[in-house]
Amino acid sequence: MPENELVPHISVRQLTMAYGSFVVMRDLTFDIGRGEIFVIMGGSGCGKSTLLRHLIGLLTPSAGNVFYNGVDFTGADQELRTQMLRKFGVMFQGGALWSSLTLAENVAFPLEEFTDLSPEAIRATVALKLALVGLRGFEEFYPAEISGGMCKRASLARAMALDPEILFFDEPSAGLDPISARRLDELIIELRDSLGTTIVVVTHELASIFAIADRALFLDVATRTMGGLGEPQVLREESESEDLRSFLNRGMPNPNHVHDPATGSPFVLPGDKPRK
Amino acid sequence: MDATAINSSGEALVMTRDGGALCLRLSGSWTQQTPGRPTPALVRAEFAQYDRVPETMRFDLAGVSQYDSALLSFLLQCHDICAETQTKFDLESLPEGPRQLLRLATSVPHAEDVRPRAEKLNLLARIGEKAMSMVGEGFEILQFLGDCTAALFRFCTFRARFRWPDVWLEIQQCGAGALPIITLIAFLMGLILAYVGAVTLRPYGGLIFIANLVGLAMVREMGVMMTGVVMSGRTGASFAAQLGTMKVSEEIAALSTMGLSPIEYLVLPRMIALFVMFPLLTIYANFIGIAGGLVVAMSMGLSYAQYTHQLTNAVDLTHFSIGIIKSFFFGLIVAATGCMRGMQCGNSSAAVGEATTRAVVSGITCLVIADAVFAVIFNRLHM
Repeated sequence: MPENELVPHISVRQLTMAYGSFVVMRDLTFDIGRGEIFVIMGGSGCGKSTLLRHLIGLLTPSAGNVFYNGVDFTGADQELRTQMLRKFGVMFQGGALWSSLTLAENVAFPLEEFTDLSPEAIRATVALKLALVGLRGFEEFYPAEISGGMCKRASLARAMALDPEILFFDEPSAGLDPISARRLDELIIELRDSLGTTIVVVTHELASIFAIADRALFLDVATRTMGGLGEPQVLREESESEDLRSFLNRGMPNPNHVHDPATGSPFVLPGDKPRK
Repeated sequence: MDATAINSSGEALVMTRDGGALCLRLSGSWTQQTPGRPTPALVRAEFAQYDRVPETMRFDLAGVSQYDSALLSFLLQCHDICAETQTKFDLESLPEGPRQLLRLATSVPHAEDVRPRAEKLNLLARIGEKAMSMVGEGFEILQFLGDCTAALFRFCTFRARFRWPDVWLEIQQCGAGALPIITLIAFLMGLILAYVGAVTLRPYGGLIFIANLVGLAMVREMGVMMTGVVMSGRTGASFAAQLGTMKVSEEIAALSTMGLSPIEYLVLPRMIALFVMFPLLTIYANFIGIAGGLVVAMSMGLSYAQYTHQLTNAVDLTHFSIGIIKSFFFGLIVAATGCMRGMQCGNSSAAVGEATTRAVVSGITCLVIADAVFAVIFNRLHM
């Protein structure tokens, strides 16, 4: 999506994340456009998931604010916050389905709590959402009875139950086989194209990033702040940050340069420095 | 020219000093199983002999017949010695295999400041840290109790959002499910009290007073207390494990991000269930305990009529109500401690186990403290 069409849906201003006195990331300022697929990427342990948890209000920023449609989410009171939360759908890393409920009950839960649909209409909606993620016929299964990948997809069905304005994905393709991961990517693009949903994805899967992202935000462990923001293809070629280029090129800052095993360990990643 | 031969297993290591270079000639078998393998200490000792450390360390591995990690760890330690003494470690003198592996092992510099945060603090600092964490935990407990109170208040004013099926399920699990174990424990408790009573009372010919002892002890203290202990170990622990697991698998986060209160959806049904079922279980335990005493009394020659007559004279509704009043509070205590430890659970499977342990420990501790407080209160009220 070209920069000039960007209508900010989510705005992050001067966000600093910390656990106690340990600062994870500081001074994050960026906008996520309406209907954009926005990827948050970075090496393991750089604070990607932590940023997601700040965006959805599970963690409170130690400084800075998050705005949705210009409304301050961080400073909102409980009631306003709850209203705003209902427009989100979140797919957690492990699925986070409620294990005491069947898949159908999991998806029906938000519908029962927040709408006054008839049981018949709820059943129909649940069937639709499960069908969308390829789980038709698994209504009566419990999360423990299906595979991890199916749990993730069911979790997406639950996240989509209320037709949210924004969908958050925490490592959607982690633990999925390549084909399922690809199908999930296609589903994400489909959701954006057909429903105009704003989509925020936390991932470090390069294939996914290049396949789906309109823009990507790179969290740099070395500097503890934003290491780059833009279209991933452009970032890969033109970014000034060597860490970012090598991240997007699987460890090779210059893709045309043949990786010489004599120059270093394959385990050395840029920014792989000890935490202070 | 200065040569040292260490003849531990067929001259496995020969060190030759040639001007600025130290050449280590290794030969024979260099595996973990080789007995009497030379150690890096020998190299270190060699270094200690010199006034001026060598400029380079070179290797000749032509005579090595077989090797495994033993050789590599020896080389790595030699590399460390070189790093300390600023001697050049001549990688190129190694054959292809060991060279690549050693290059891999030494390409990441030794991380110095990545100790897993086990800093040695002095006594004062540790006391301070402990105190701070206790204050923090105190606030957490207050926060949880506050949340629970607010949730109970909303429940009483019909504004709480939760699901009744959850309540019925919990009632079934913590109520009916606990009956067998409560039966066993209460019956044996009555039995034990009766035997203890018999020891004291028989010499005075007052065996009949077993009924007083068993009756009073059961309805005032032991019935409700043993129910508390059983429920704490059974239900409190299960609450903590359930909620802890839900925390680990982000199920609680999933509730929060839907704008639903985990306290109302998860804690409230469990509190209601125990608040309702605990008094019923206590009444049941009281009767079973008294029956246990009856069995002992009858085995010692008392009749059923004597026992019950004596019992009804001794135990009146006041005594009975003391146990019941306490049971409502105990139910809340067990539910609250179990749920609190579950909600405070960390993010690993070990944390779930810890949460369960803490739930039982703090549950029983709080029960005993509450019982002591009640004892003083009822004493003041002459009940």
